[in-house]
Amino acid sequence: MNDFLTLMKPELVLTGIIFLLLFVKLGKGIKNEPLLLIIQVLLLLNFLSGFFFNEEGTLFDGMYLTTNMIVLQKNILNLSVYLISLLFAGWFKKSEHMPEFFMLMLSALLGMFFLISSGNLLMFFLALELATIPVAAMANFDLDKKRSSEAAMKMILSSAFSSGILLFGISLVYGATGSISFAEIPLLLYGTPLEILALVFLFGAFAFKLSIVPFHLWTADVYEGAPMATTSFLSVVSKGAVAFVFMATLYKVFQPMETVWYNMLMILSIATMIIGNLFALRQQNIKRFLAFSSIAQVGFIMVGISSSHPVEGVTSVVYFILIYIFSNLAAFGVAAAIASQTNKEEIDDYKGLYKTNPFLSWVLALALFSLAGIPPTAGFFGKLFLLTAGASKGSYLFITITALNMIISLYYYLRVIRSVFMEKNEKPIEKIKIEPSAKLALIICGAAIVLIGLLSWIYDYIQSLI
Amino acid sequence: MIEPGLYHMLFLSAALFFIGVYGFFTRRNLVTMLMSIELILNSVNLNFIAFNKYLWYDKLDGLFFTIFIIAIAAAEAAVAIAIIINLYRSHKSIDVENAEELKY
Repeated sequence: MNDFLTLMKPELVLTGIIFLLLFVKLGKGIKNEPLLLIIQVLLLLNFLSGFFFNEEGTLFDGMYLTTNMIVLQKNILNLSVYLISLLFAGWFKKSEHMPEFFMLMLSALLGMFFLISSGNLLMFFLALELATIPVAAMANFDLDKKRSSEAAMKMILSSAFSSGILLFGISLVYGATGSISFAEIPLLLYGTPLEILALVFLFGAFAFKLSIVPFHLWTADVYEGAPMATTSFLSVVSKGAVAFVFMATLYKVFQPMETVWYNMLMILSIATMIIGNLFALRQQNIKRFLAFSSIAQVGFIMVGISSSHPVEGVTSVVYFILIYIFSNLAAFGVAAAIASQTNKEEIDDYKGLYKTNPFLSWVLALALFSLAGIPPTAGFFGKLFLLTAGASKGSYLFITITALNMIISLYYYLRVIRSVFMEKNEKPIEKIKIEPSAKLALIICGAAIVLIGLLSWIYDYIQSLI
Repeated sequence: MIEPGLYHMLFLSAALFFIGVYGFFTRRNLVTMLMSIELILNSVNLNFIAFNKYLWYDKLDGLFFTIFIIAIAAAEAAVAIAIIINLYRSHKSIDVENAEELKY
């Protein structure tokens, strides 16, 4: 019983918050503003609770497992959900159904927690569904907007299709090995054609969730149509969680078939980076632009995963995702602050933003510099470690292509910064009033982007947890 | 008459799977696309049952997996249909060709 309480603490706390919100919703309505404050405090407590009373162990006959690394990954996700609740305060206050939105978002987060902790394919599948179905409902949250319902339709259909593919892969794994436990499967895999087919199907399903290239088509549409809070949740929390699990699955479960998945990873990573970058070049809408930039970032994450080194690979990917969360949230936060007051989402509208909104411009510049990987921002160190980890495998052509792609990505990130700082505009966006909590979150993100790169103990700390 | 064995079952489930995939890619009506996904999920169920019966009859993992898939498929269909109804309200159509605001 004690084990149960300490090992499943993150899930239990989160379930408690979801139930609390449910009762708030059922009872007499509280106004949005005080309720949002309560939710923010609860999420902060939820984040802080992740640092105490942590133990390693397994539950339910190996179905649920937790280690210090997994606790850290859950803390990262908790932090980003807390930042989302701060960043989009303006939108939440106007929303009619705010408690429902948080219930859906926290249910999806709960699914991701179980996903990271799963030690069994059944648990894995259930958690993945719990992590994706609520997000489709979240995408539909601007009920009166046509584009929102279109985005939700695309999201639910592609995620249902990908879970069909995932299940077919799982059924083949079960047929080949007779087991669905993560601990037993690697002992029973020999690399027969049936197992390779199963790996391909599973890989395809992961590729859908991570928007790796042949399966990336839903990403930009969903990102553009969905409300900004959903978009940032999808691109930061959902992507981070699936990347953690993707890495764990490949490293642990499919460890005997390393050569097979290394080649798949390499080819898809190159395709993802190139196509993500080339499409990002021609985007005018800031949300679509960030969507394709996040596709390209997934390509870089895959370089780190491909190192298949249980220490270097895991550390560099977790470190990069930590930085990616802050940079992407800052970029989305600025775009949301502008869109919520002026309804402007085109990059051309951002011309001359620096004259009227210097604070937003600086945060946006920091975020984009970090995404592009320019030193002294943390993004540079993140990409450096990813490439070092990837290079340990010895495929230098692959690493060279990655480095060239980073140069292409510089062009389009700097294009936005140029229009913000240098281009003149007759009618620039007027002075924007930022919510105090959003301002706090932007400051946290900006400080983190600078500091994570400078404080070397963070990388060592992540490494020490493995 | 031949007694049906594992290969027959696998052939049937693979055929169902690809019929589902074909339907998903060619049909333009959202409800039919949802039905195609159900076909895919049912082919997976058949796979699990067949593997459980013919190969791993001493373990019950496959049967449990099937039960969970049926439940999850129902949940997924519920959310999908809610979204489709909302799409119908705003677009007055459930044809994917008419939902084309987000492009290129």
